[in-house]
Amino acid sequence: MDDNTQQPFRLPMRARVATTVGGAAATVSRLAGRGDGSVIGGVISLRLAPDLLSLLATGRRVVLVTGTNGKTTTTKLITAALAPLGGEIASNIYGANMEAGLTSALSRAPDARVAVLETDEKYIPAMIKATKPAVVVLLNLSRDQMDRAAEIWLLARRWREALENAPGCWVVANADDPLVAWAASGAAKVTWVAAGQRWREDSWCCPRCGAHLQRDGDDWSCRECGLRRPPVSWLLYDNEVIDPTGRATPLDLALPGRANRSNAVIALAVAEAFGVHVTQALRELRAVASVAGRYTQVSRRGCDIRLLLAKNPAGWLEALDVMAPPPTPILLSVNAQGPDGRDTSWLWDVDFRRLRGRPVLVGGERRLDLAVRLEADEVAFRLVNDIDEAVDAALTVAPNLEVLANYTAFQQYRVALGRVQ
Amino acid sequence: MNPLRLVWVYPDLLSTYGDRGNALVLERRARLRGMPVEIVEVDSDQPVPRDGDIYLMGGGEDLPQTLAARRLLADGGLHAAAERGAVVFAVCAGYQMLGMEFGGADDAPVRGLGLLDIRSGRGERRAVGEIVADVDPGLNVGKLTGFENHQGVTQIGQNARPLARTTLGTGNGDGTEGAYAGRVLGTYLHGPALVRNPGLADLLLYWAAGQLPPLPPQAEELAGRLREERLAAVTPAN
Repeated sequence: MDDNTQQPFRLPMRARVATTVGGAAATVSRLAGRGDGSVIGGVISLRLAPDLLSLLATGRRVVLVTGTNGKTTTTKLITAALAPLGGEIASNIYGANMEAGLTSALSRAPDARVAVLETDEKYIPAMIKATKPAVVVLLNLSRDQMDRAAEIWLLARRWREALENAPGCWVVANADDPLVAWAASGAAKVTWVAAGQRWREDSWCCPRCGAHLQRDGDDWSCRECGLRRPPVSWLLYDNEVIDPTGRATPLDLALPGRANRSNAVIALAVAEAFGVHVTQALRELRAVASVAGRYTQVSRRGCDIRLLLAKNPAGWLEALDVMAPPPTPILLSVNAQGPDGRDTSWLWDVDFRRLRGRPVLVGGERRLDLAVRLEADEVAFRLVNDIDEAVDAALTVAPNLEVLANYTAFQQYRVALGRVQ
Repeated sequence: MNPLRLVWVYPDLLSTYGDRGNALVLERRARLRGMPVEIVEVDSDQPVPRDGDIYLMGGGEDLPQTLAARRLLADGGLHAAAERGAVVFAVCAGYQMLGMEFGGADDAPVRGLGLLDIRSGRGERRAVGEIVADVDPGLNVGKLTGFENHQGVTQIGQNARPLARTTLGTGNGDGTEGAYAGRVLGTYLHGPALVRNPGLADLLLYWAAGQLPPLPPQAEELAGRLREERLAAVTPAN
């Protein structure tokens, strides 16, 4: 990778004024209790200098992280894995992942030579143009909030076009997801990772020609057009990572679940692209225990609560995989505000039958949608109005409670529990 | 008693958002009435069985929609079943496919299955949001409530009737929503359209199996509450 970190760089005056005013707005927003301020700060800065993001990205080594699920966690893991490089790393750790959020993250860290930026999957083509990234990470692609997002075959095609037009960029991509693999194979340089694919409902057919794909375990190929899973250099195998030299190392993460092990292997591949060795990087990854309140354990009136966030069927499938076994009660909670997607149809893509016979509580603003869904899967449940009612119900059977919620439902519980980190 | 055969057509291509819900709702409402049910999922590389009772088609993006139509025309199984009088229920992209033609990926007209006298093309704006519509009184089904997410405009020909008239949302684009002829019925309500419209689910079951005994009230309670909540949420108070 080109190393341009040695050259000093200064922001042009216009960029400096814009980031100062934007930073002040962010501070006001934070003091007013309206979130962390990264979006409003970025919006104001961009109004003052529309090309600000390009200016801010110049001279830095930028990593863009995108995909339907795992963006926030992987961004945090990559940032951790790159710590051995020393020096500050710019990152949008609060998940503000469109242009304003990226701008804000870079302007808050003017001296950082490396930036790891979570990027919304629709915005990745524009953000590739604006930031000229050194590395682009493609995690996975599946159905998600389609009342406001693009359709995923279309999205894969846009990713592919953007990467074909960015020859300087090194792609780290999940070879096990056919849509991702097809999109990434347009890039000049790709590191392929076998990161697994738990959710397959969006990739039964070939993204290039549409024929039904042949599948054998994680391997896939198209009999019609010959598209196939590319040969991988990194592999997740149970709890072990197999690196390009063929050496297996146990991951032993603090974060739970297969999805996070998969995110960690991607982070290791990115770290290697920056010259950070697996052993060094892994030490940092193991220290990550929560991500913006996710996976956090909190205690409420003697009940240990763990919070999991998932926003779409693929995410719920992975989250249900990591739930503590019965009799630990589970609280499922769904809202349908703007950030969640206003359509709750996706609940019918989640298979809830595995929850039969264990205590299930149902909350959130759209709890009736969830209730009807569970009824169809013959899962018994109880409706609850808030986290305290859920805790009361949980304590009658166990001293702990697993919470799985979608975006705004999760944030509401997080606030109710005291803005847990 | 022979099980009621629900054939879910091409879930690998046409299952964009919760389409499984329609199969699950039909299954539940049939089982609660003591009717055994078999759900047959047919992928796009398999022949469509001709002996099903109810055929379900879901939504999909432009390219999968075009591919699915081409394969169904070549396969002929769905046509043979419809000719026999089997029930066909399709939502969103599946609904458009039932017609004579629909707009493909580059807006060029694509030949449809010809099972319903409708023609669809692309509209100017994407219709996204809650939809409410008054169903043709002859069908004896309550108001439709659901979610639409499409950019289609559909014209209904002489040999089909509109399913409903919209009071909220876009539907076909001319104040009507969906279409039916005989036992072939389609709607722009996407995904699990039958979840909030148990009356429509029962119409399909009635077409397939004849008179249905009523369900015990407690089995209807949650779906009824959800239906009322959604209708109240989008209907202005007066």
